[in-house]
Amino acid sequence: MSESQKKPVTYIKTPIALRYDYSVGAGSSIFLRAMREGRIVGSRCPDTGKVYVPPRLFSVETASPMSELVELPDQGVVYTYCIVNIKFYEQVLEVPYAYAYILLNGADLPIMHLIQECPIGEIRPGMRVAAVWKEPSEWTESMENIRYFKPTGEADMPIGTIMDGIRKKSHA
Amino acid sequence: MREIAIVAFAQTPNRRRELYRNEAEMVAPVVAEVLNSVGLSRRDVDFTCSGSSDYLAGCPFSFVLALDALGAWPPIHESHVEGEAAWALYEAWVKMLCGEEVGVSLVYGFGRQSMGSPRDVMTLMNDPYLEAPLRPDAISLAALQARVLLDAGLCSERDFAEIAARNLRHAQSNPLAQLSGQPDPAELLQAPTIASPLRRHDCPPITDGACAVLLAAGDRARAICERPAWIRGLAHRIDPQALGRRDLTRCPSARLAAVAAGAIGGRVDVAELHAPFTPQDWILQRELDLPKGAVINPSGGIHQGNPMMGTGLVRFGEVAARIIRGEADRGVAHGTQGPCLQQNIVGVLEGE
Amino acid sequence: MKLDDQAEALRGEHVLQYPYRRATGPILGRFFTEIRDHGRFLGVKTESGKVLCPPADVDPDSLEDLSADDLVEVGPAGRVTSWTWLREPRPGNPLDRPFAWALIRLDGADSALLHAVDAGSEAAMRTGMRVVPRFRDERVGDIRDVVCFVPGD
Repeated sequence: MSESQKKPVTYIKTPIALRYDYSVGAGSSIFLRAMREGRIVGSRCPDTGKVYVPPRLFSVETASPMSELVELPDQGVVYTYCIVNIKFYEQVLEVPYAYAYILLNGADLPIMHLIQECPIGEIRPGMRVAAVWKEPSEWTESMENIRYFKPTGEADMPIGTIMDGIRKKSHA
Repeated sequence: MREIAIVAFAQTPNRRRELYRNEAEMVAPVVAEVLNSVGLSRRDVDFTCSGSSDYLAGCPFSFVLALDALGAWPPIHESHVEGEAAWALYEAWVKMLCGEEVGVSLVYGFGRQSMGSPRDVMTLMNDPYLEAPLRPDAISLAALQARVLLDAGLCSERDFAEIAARNLRHAQSNPLAQLSGQPDPAELLQAPTIASPLRRHDCPPITDGACAVLLAAGDRARAICERPAWIRGLAHRIDPQALGRRDLTRCPSARLAAVAAGAIGGRVDVAELHAPFTPQDWILQRELDLPKGAVINPSGGIHQGNPMMGTGLVRFGEVAARIIRGEADRGVAHGTQGPCLQQNIVGVLEGE
Repeated sequence: MKLDDQAEALRGEHVLQYPYRRATGPILGRFFTEIRDHGRFLGVKTESGKVLCPPADVDPDSLEDLSADDLVEVGPAGRVTSWTWLREPRPGNPLDRPFAWALIRLDGADSALLHAVDAGSEAAMRTGMRVVPRFRDERVGDIRDVVCFVPGD
C-alpha cells in the first residue's frame, strides 16, 4: 500500500495482561474445600442467627466473629433470576440462558448459579430447585462442581414470606 | 471552622504476604481495634471512607467486598477513594468540615499487593499512549529521578543509603515493623543495583496490610480521647504525570501542599514522610523545609512496611499516635501517589 | 473443618486481561502517523514558544487547547537528560537484554521523551550523550514503532 493510501492513525491497541497468585481468604477456602467433597457450608451469625453462604469470618451485619459452620443441602428456592439475551466477549453459553439467586434451604443469603433443564419462560421466584453435580471424580475446589440447578417439580415456596422472615432477623 | 482530630489509629502487623485472610478479613480486626481502643462501636460512626486499588487484587470492584468488614446494615454513609487512603482521610475531613451531622468518621486503607507483581501493576499508571506500552517499571522511574539528583550534585548514593539506615534503625522500636536493623550504609552500598543507582535498600518492601484511623470533631473528640491530634491543616496538590516535563530535583506539588497546610516554618517534633524510594525522602525534606530538630520517620517510614494504598494513612496515624501518647506536640504527615512523587498530601497535626 | 482453622488459604493463578483500543485524538494521531509513515518525530509548539515532545493536547501554561496545526518536526537525534541501567529487563520491555531507560530531549524540543537506549553496557551511558532512534521495519503507528534509541548522532 503506498503511503498516500494509508489512513491517518486514529487509535492504538494497548492490550494488558496482569498475572496474580490470588489467595481467596479464609471463609472462601473453607467453602471451596468443602465443595471438593461435595458439601455446601455456611456460617451462622451469633447475634441474628442468620446463616451466610459462603461462610465469612465476621458477620456481615453485626461484625461479630462467626465460628459456627453449618452444612446446607443442595436444594433451595429461586429468589430472583436473570435471563441473558445479549452476546458478549468470551461468553460460554448460548443465549438465551438464565441464572438465579438461589436460597438454599436453611440459608439466609442466596448463592448465584445457572438454571437449566427448564424452559426460560417458566423460571419464577419461588420455584424449587436442586443441584445437578458433575461426576465426583471431576470435583475440584470450585462452584463449578455443580453444573446448574434444575426445577424439582415440587410446589412453589412463598418466597416473599421467606424473605420477610429473613429481614426480621436483622439486628436493627 | 470546625476542629477535626485524629483520635485513634490501628494497623495490621506488616508482613510480606498475607497467607490466610482476604481483604475483608484483614480489615475487620483493624476496624474493631480502632473502635474498641476508644470505646466506640460501629453505630457511633457517621461516615466511612476507604482507600484501596482494585489493581492490587486484580479484581474490579474488589474494594466493595471489603465492606463486609464493616457490618454495613442498616446502610451506612460511605465513600471510597481508588488510591491512597490518605486521600480518603482528606475526603472525610472535608465532609466533616462541611456538615455538623458527621461527628465521627472511620477511614481505612488496605491492600494485598503481594498477589500480583507490584512493579508491573504500577507500570500501568503511566501514560497509556506513550509510556505504558514500553512497560517502564516503578523502580526504573524512581531511578531516573535519583540520577538527576546525582547529576546536579545535590546528593550522593551514600546519602540515599543513610536514609535507608535511619529508617531501619527507627523501625527497631516498632513492634509491627516488617524490616528493621542497624545496617552500615557502606555495607548497603555493596549490593548490586536493580535500576542504577537504586539498590534493594532504596526501594519499598512488598507488604500486605490494613490500617484505620478515627476522626472526631470538637468536643466529641475531647470526650473520646484525652489528647486528640488536631488537624491544623491538610492540603494536596498534583504535578504533571510525564517525567519529561518535570524538574525531577524538585517536587512543587509537595511544596505547595505543605504551604497550603501551614506545614512550613512552624515547630515540627516528628515528620512521617511517605517516600517509597530513598531519594524521594531527600527531596521531601527539602520541600517541606523540616527544621533540624524534627525526628523523621520515627516509625521506620517505608522500611517498616509498605501496605500499599494504606501507607500514606499510616504516616498520619503514626504522627497522631505520638501526639495522643504525649510523645510529641506538633507533627507533619505526608502521603503520595503517582510516579516520582507526582501527587502529594501534607497535613499538620497538633496536640492541644 | 472449623471456621477459625489456620490453614493457608487456597491460591490459584488469576490472569486479568483487557484488549484496550484507545482513540488518539488529532495531535497524537499525527504524531504516530509521522512515526509510521516517515520515521519522523513531531512536537507541539505552545503559546509561549516551548516545543513539547511527546506532544500534549493542552498547553500546560495557558491551559488552551493545542491543535495539530501547532505540530513541528523535532529530532530525530536527541540528548539524554537522565538514565538508569536496568540489569534485568521485565516482561514487555522494548529489549530482552540489559538496557537503559532514558529521558531523551529530541533536538528542537523543550521536554523529554521516555524510551530505551540500547547502549550495550552501563559504562556507555552518560547524561548528556547523543542518541538516535532505531525504528521497526514494519510500523503500525504507535510508540513501539521506535524499537529503542542507540548512541550516535
